[in-house]
Amino acid sequence: MNPAPLLDVILLAPLAAVAGCQLIRSARFAEYLNLGASVAVFAAVLRLLPIALGGPYILLDGYIIVDPLGAWVLLSCSAVYLLASVYAVGYMRALGEPRRLHRFYALFAGFALTVMLGPLMNNIGVYWIAIELTTLVSTFLVGFEKTREGVEAAWKYIVIVSAGISLALLGIVFYYWTASFHLGPTYNLTWGALRSVAPQLNPTLALAAFLLVFIGFGTKVGLAPMHTWLPDAHSEGPAPVSAMLSGALLNTAMIGIVRFIHVTDAVRLGVLPRTVVVVIGALSLAIAALFITRQTDVKRLMAYSSVEHMGVMTLGFGFGGPLGIAGALYHMLNHSLNKSLMFFGSGDVLHAFRSKRIGRIHHVLLAMPVAGALWMAGAVAITGAPPFGLFLSEFTILRAGLASPNAWAVYLMLVLLVVIFIGFLNHFRAMYFGESAAAAAATARWRPAPGERIWCELPMWLALVPLLILGLWWPSAFSHYFSVIAAQLGGGIR
Amino acid sequence: MFAAHLSPLAGSLFSLLAITCLLLAFVMLGSRWLNAYLGAFALQSWLIALLSAAVAYYGGYPELYGIAALTALFRGLVLPYLLLRITRRLNVDRELHERLSPSASLVLGGLLVLFAFVVANHLSSALGLAGTVAVLALTAMLSMKLIGFLMLVVRREVVSQILALLVIENGIFLGSQILVPGMPLLIELVILFDLLVVVACFGVLVRYLVVHAGTTSTHELTRLVG
Repeated sequence: MNPAPLLDVILLAPLAAVAGCQLIRSARFAEYLNLGASVAVFAAVLRLLPIALGGPYILLDGYIIVDPLGAWVLLSCSAVYLLASVYAVGYMRALGEPRRLHRFYALFAGFALTVMLGPLMNNIGVYWIAIELTTLVSTFLVGFEKTREGVEAAWKYIVIVSAGISLALLGIVFYYWTASFHLGPTYNLTWGALRSVAPQLNPTLALAAFLLVFIGFGTKVGLAPMHTWLPDAHSEGPAPVSAMLSGALLNTAMIGIVRFIHVTDAVRLGVLPRTVVVVIGALSLAIAALFITRQTDVKRLMAYSSVEHMGVMTLGFGFGGPLGIAGALYHMLNHSLNKSLMFFGSGDVLHAFRSKRIGRIHHVLLAMPVAGALWMAGAVAITGAPPFGLFLSEFTILRAGLASPNAWAVYLMLVLLVVIFIGFLNHFRAMYFGESAAAAAATARWRPAPGERIWCELPMWLALVPLLILGLWWPSAFSHYFSVIAAQLGGGIR
Repeated sequence: MFAAHLSPLAGSLFSLLAITCLLLAFVMLGSRWLNAYLGAFALQSWLIALLSAAVAYYGGYPELYGIAALTALFRGLVLPYLLLRITRRLNVDRELHERLSPSASLVLGGLLVLFAFVVANHLSSALGLAGTVAVLALTAMLSMKLIGFLMLVVRREVVSQILALLVIENGIFLGSQILVPGMPLLIELVILFDLLVVVACFGVLVRYLVVHAGTTSTHELTRLVG
């Protein structure tokens, strides 16, 4: 079956939302338009999943690729877009700036569009531009509240990520150069073309190119030590934007790294490139563990948790093999759902307590019984505790690691995950249980009106329930999907 | 690869242009005045446009004439004009709080060029291209990249940081003209327009910084840590 009509929906629905929000400058209209676009995108991606299994399909003169890996990333991204669009309705109304809201939703839909573009790009140069576009659009979402901190975060975000991504451009030029000795001076640098010529590439130049693109796109993924923009941007943007940054944007950049690993496997370089990937993944976990333990700001806590989970995913892809790829892909979906839930909860807390400082948040359950309970469950899930999905995926990655040449990283990962489990939940203990209940009730000044509450709690349910189901039951359809992706990506180097 | 068999005249022309571009990066590194940065950047862009035209002539890539014209127009005129507008609005005409004095950064820049040369030499000899203009192109590309990063680190005015990113872009563009002149036209065009959008976004952000943070020096952007 031809996937083209579905792609039209996936790309044109957000585009229409952008145009509609700009033309009709009404906040109420814009929020429903954006919501409608997100539902359309999600439905189209669900339909695309089984079709993509027959892929890869190459469309539009070789510029667009529809393959199972891309479709899977689209699933994670569109799920977050849908959840964040629902949540944004309640959250942005409570912000009390109705006159600028249409612009927010225009940017938000535009951001979703650029995020959806990345996994579909077949030409590596165009993929780079799609990633660059995500930065440009999301910068203004990060700085949307126009506080001093917000503008500072937006500036650091755009400068650090532009500098990082320029390294990736250099790497792509290197790839183009080294492949041009075999493909002639003018050709289209697609993933397929690069992979097919990879065994003949000059190893020295291919290694340099791989390191450059890995560091470059790794900056965008938020891997340590290039993660420094991430806590700032995630903590200062409005909560739905933080969820999109963490659950959708990082995945879009991750797919580039996965595809470059796939290319590099075919170059005669041995295990070295994968070791580099594993080392950087482990380093991200280590940095995240340190900053999570000492954190005082609840949104930065979530941001460092994103660094952690991107590290886990990088380890999964770095270990490779069918098990590693399956674990990392399962982790991607679980993390997207779970991190959305966490940012929604921290948005509610920010409204209720008017502070992001962990020390000023007490007795969350008294202030918001339902959302508080959901948030707590999410916190248990995100530290990788059973019975939630992340436990299964992290466990799978650990198993994959034991069979890989970099088994040392497994033990390090285990220790760091335990440290993060203790450090992360300790903050939640402080926020949920404390000394005087009366003082706590007084600090909770704000309650969402009953009409708004549904917008805040519905997306949290929608994230938590699938997360629980995915933790108890790994669908066999997913296993089949992952095995197809793993077969296309090759088993890795043994 | 065409850089391997060039006529001596073409080879020395390319070398001259690449080295002059690198020298202009040093002009930016060694000055405190924003206007000097801007002038050096504009001149550098014009030289790169000239290089594109030269590659088009000697290498037989007629489409590069178009790229040369667009480079001169966008990188040489529009971008400097946009940056000039940003600077005019700011009432800042020099670096006040640089982390490293210009002379010290010049020395550091020299070391970075040395490092870039070592890397470039290693890469080109792996490809059997040692002693060709490819080494020089790679050196210029990598050193402009490193100098751009150095400027990002030691300079604190927002305009200097934008220019540092643009020097990095210029370096990549310069190198790719010599190394991969056959790069599809579409990609080069999109990257050119992308650059324009980037600078426009930076312009808006600078205005936000002035209004909402009250500063144009990253020296004072220290609220977010930990």
